[in-house]
Amino acid sequence: MALPPPDPQFVLRGTGAAVHTLHFSCVGQEPDVPILFSGSENGFIHVWNLKTHRVDMGLDGHGRKSVYYVETMGGKDGLLSQGRDQRICLWDLAEGRTSVTDSVFTENVGFCRCSLLKVAQGRWLMAMAAKALEEVQVLELPSKTSVCTLKPEVGAKLGMPMCLKLWQVDCGSQPLLLAGYEDGSVVLWNLSTQKALSQLVCHQEPVMSLDFDSEKAKGISGSSEKVLSIWSLNEQQNLQVYKIHKLVNPGISDVTIRPDKKILATAGWDHRIRIFGWKKMKPLAVLDYHTATVHCVSFSDHKNPRERLLAAGSKDHRISIWSIYTQT
Amino acid sequence: VLEQFLQEGRVSALMWEVCQQQAQAGSPELQEALLTKLVCLPDHVSNALQGKNPPVFFPQNYFPLLGDAVIQVLQKISDSLRDGMDCSISFVSHVLGKVCIQGRQKEILSVLVPRLTDLTKSDCIWQRICWRLVECVPDRWMEAVVLGFVQRAPGADVLSRLLGNLVVKNKKAQFVVTQKVLLLQYGHTTAVLQNILGYLSLDSLRRALLIKVLQELLETWGSSSAVKHSPPEQQQYISKAILICLSHLKEPEIESCRQELLTSMMEGVKCHLDSNLPQIRHLGMIVAESVSSKINTDGPVLKFEVKLIMKFMSGVEGLEEIKALNQMIHYTNPFVHIAGEEKTICTPWTNSCLYFFCSDDDLIPYDMSEDKELKTKAPVYIRDCIEVLTGSEDVDKWEATVKALESLIRKNPAASREVSVELAKVLLHLEEKTCIEGFVELRQRAQVAVLTTDPVPVAKYLTSQFYSLNYSLRQRVDILDVLVLAAQELSYPKSHGKTKHSSAPKPCIQIIPESDSPKDWRRVVDERIKSKTRRFATSQPQVELASSPNAFSSVAGHFFFPLIQHFDRPLTTFDLLGEDHFVLGRLVHTLAVLMYLAVNTVAVAAMGKALLEFVWALRFHTDSYVRQGLLSCISSILLSVPVERLLEDMTEELLETQSWLGDVMEKDPDGECRRLALQTLLLMENLKKKL
Repeated sequence: MALPPPDPQFVLRGTGAAVHTLHFSCVGQEPDVPILFSGSENGFIHVWNLKTHRVDMGLDGHGRKSVYYVETMGGKDGLLSQGRDQRICLWDLAEGRTSVTDSVFTENVGFCRCSLLKVAQGRWLMAMAAKALEEVQVLELPSKTSVCTLKPEVGAKLGMPMCLKLWQVDCGSQPLLLAGYEDGSVVLWNLSTQKALSQLVCHQEPVMSLDFDSEKAKGISGSSEKVLSIWSLNEQQNLQVYKIHKLVNPGISDVTIRPDKKILATAGWDHRIRIFGWKKMKPLAVLDYHTATVHCVSFSDHKNPRERLLAAGSKDHRISIWSIYTQT
Repeated sequence: VLEQFLQEGRVSALMWEVCQQQAQAGSPELQEALLTKLVCLPDHVSNALQGKNPPVFFPQNYFPLLGDAVIQVLQKISDSLRDGMDCSISFVSHVLGKVCIQGRQKEILSVLVPRLTDLTKSDCIWQRICWRLVECVPDRWMEAVVLGFVQRAPGADVLSRLLGNLVVKNKKAQFVVTQKVLLLQYGHTTAVLQNILGYLSLDSLRRALLIKVLQELLETWGSSSAVKHSPPEQQQYISKAILICLSHLKEPEIESCRQELLTSMMEGVKCHLDSNLPQIRHLGMIVAESVSSKINTDGPVLKFEVKLIMKFMSGVEGLEEIKALNQMIHYTNPFVHIAGEEKTICTPWTNSCLYFFCSDDDLIPYDMSEDKELKTKAPVYIRDCIEVLTGSEDVDKWEATVKALESLIRKNPAASREVSVELAKVLLHLEEKTCIEGFVELRQRAQVAVLTTDPVPVAKYLTSQFYSLNYSLRQRVDILDVLVLAAQELSYPKSHGKTKHSSAPKPCIQIIPESDSPKDWRRVVDERIKSKTRRFATSQPQVELASSPNAFSSVAGHFFFPLIQHFDRPLTTFDLLGEDHFVLGRLVHTLAVLMYLAVNTVAVAAMGKALLEFVWALRFHTDSYVRQGLLSCISSILLSVPVERLLEDMTEELLETQSWLGDVMEKDPDGECRRLALQTLLLMENLKKKL
């Protein structure tokens, strides 16, 4: 007899606007508290203290325009945020400061979340949608120098890039980029040659979000239709469709694989968060708490597996925190 | 000395003496005295010795000793019987009875019953002695003895050997066995039940009692007051008794009382399923299933899905009993057979131990049965609603529309006015497509909403449809109800916002803010007046509802007159004055209400006059509901139309009406009509006095 799905462990209220992005930072030792960063539609980035469940700080750096991506750079003292004011801001949060140290003006009015990859101590690569419609630009941070610009072939008609993921097979090897486009295809780019290694049409509708498991060379993408597409990368760096998983209701805004690669979570337009086993895409749970579209899901990076959490941010202004499948 | 007496077994000799004597009619007082002394010896001795009581006199030792003595006496009796001599056993019976009634059944029977069991096994003389023993117990002690035997006997057959046909011969024993133990008490174990019922079934003379017992048990089981008021333990006890009885019944007996069993079972199962306690329901289901399987061996059988059989079965002690009960309960439910052997109760937490596997395949999914497609939302525009209601095949959307319709109409009055008549038509003809809760109310509220939003055209439409062909009675009555509800809504003053209970005004000067708008002049003036008037006493200001123009006054005529117009014109499907007098009654009552709600409107006088003529035409109608309606019409007229207009325009009609009312008050067969006529006459008198 299956158990009913669990309730959220707790719910964070107080953002005052739809939550578009979430990021955990929980690896710190005592006396560091575990922290959750959330970006909302009203332009604020809230820093949530996960012990007291209250906001410690509110960061206002995007001129009240929606923040749709946050990520930490080098622990919880460095933060990167991307907003609809066409800027990517770098923050210094050490010792209680809340200052924007640097910003990148992307000149891009879309919604494509940028992707960060740490290549060396203090150096990152960031891929973002560029000014031109179909292009993706890769910058090196913190120097903000352009590494390359990835342009699809003329006539490829991919549309805007919708989601990006920078990855490398192991530290020190060539970084690669997976990009999902408006026409429903996922393209694998080689950054050094600036050429597309492989292109796969995964969906009929724009790819809303994708995530990739570099160990198993398998990835998953979600779109506005009723399917999740799981694809794999073979030795020749070719993408091929591995499986299609049908959903009950259409629309996926975000998909994330847990760092231990055991389960993944999807954020749905039908207000539900779905959990699947990553190995075989076995549906594990449907978490029904929110009353509006869930915009983002994120897993925490706790060192202790039993403390791991899943956070989901929704249009109903709430962030639900779940503790699920923590015993594996 | 007494100790010695006892130890040398002189007690048995004493009793033997008495028995021999009895056969020759000894003196009863001596016997009585001996009896008392014998049985109450421990108490007397302990009273005398008070603490230095030797152990042999303790009850727990004395009575077994007495039991042994009894056995010895019986032995001697049996020997003497074999020799052909006659002796009476009644003294021994008396002893036994008195001991049992004093509460020492356990001690004495613990010795007696096993010995007697052995002795009566094959020897019929012993059996007869035993029967005689219990039969001679006086009635006043019979219950204790019988209960003692029943509780101690290791099985029904032993009980049968020991008691013989006691229940048939002795009224008291019969009462105890068939009524008291089964129906009045419920503390006995299942073994006792099995003993009794098995005992009843073992002899053909007693089987009649068995059937009677079963019928009584079923009657008790099935009575609704018993189900409601008796404790669950008693109900469980009775259910067990029923099941055991059933197991003993043979086919021909079932044949003879099949019908009664069926009736009582159906009654009983109904009461049980009505109960709020799940255990009562389960008991009902189990018993009903077994009864039905017993009486319908080849027909369809009642089958319930009783998953909690395990708990019931584990209350039945002893594996043999479970097996026996199993045999007669013909379930196909596999749970039952597992019951005795393994008492494993599956808990959900046994699943959690599987969590500690490391591979992905062993992640246990949660229950995802609630994950369904999102429900479709109701349309947001009125025109879309009309489309959905008239054409759509999508039942989810239809349901959502019906539920959302009233609020949509009220929120968008302008849009509703554009399509009001069409919407009213759709709603009037709307049939229930799926099973929604409160469909009738939802439809009515939507109709009222349409009518209040756009009264004149919709009222015109509805009243014209009232007299049209091919509508059902329900629809015509609907029209009337909707008209009344809408009239009510239109005529009541709406409360603007929340009513404030303000406290006493503060005596300080209020600073009037700068304002340029001309609307504030009233407020400014009010405040100036307030600040300049001295108040001597400030009471709690009474909350007055904000007054607003009577929305009903402009449309009252439209509601009223068309309804009166065609009442005497019969149509092929609708004849108000003929067989559809139910609708006529409703119409009359509706007109009364409309008249009442039209108070203070412009058309009220004309309405009153028309209504009086209408009433006059119908005053001798045979249906009392119609007459009551007519009388309430008159009261409404008297209440609503201003007195001056009444007297000016309608004097002759009023006089005629007054005489008619007097007639009704005296001669009408219906009590309600007479009362209403009296009230109306009084109203008339009051009005006349006021002038």
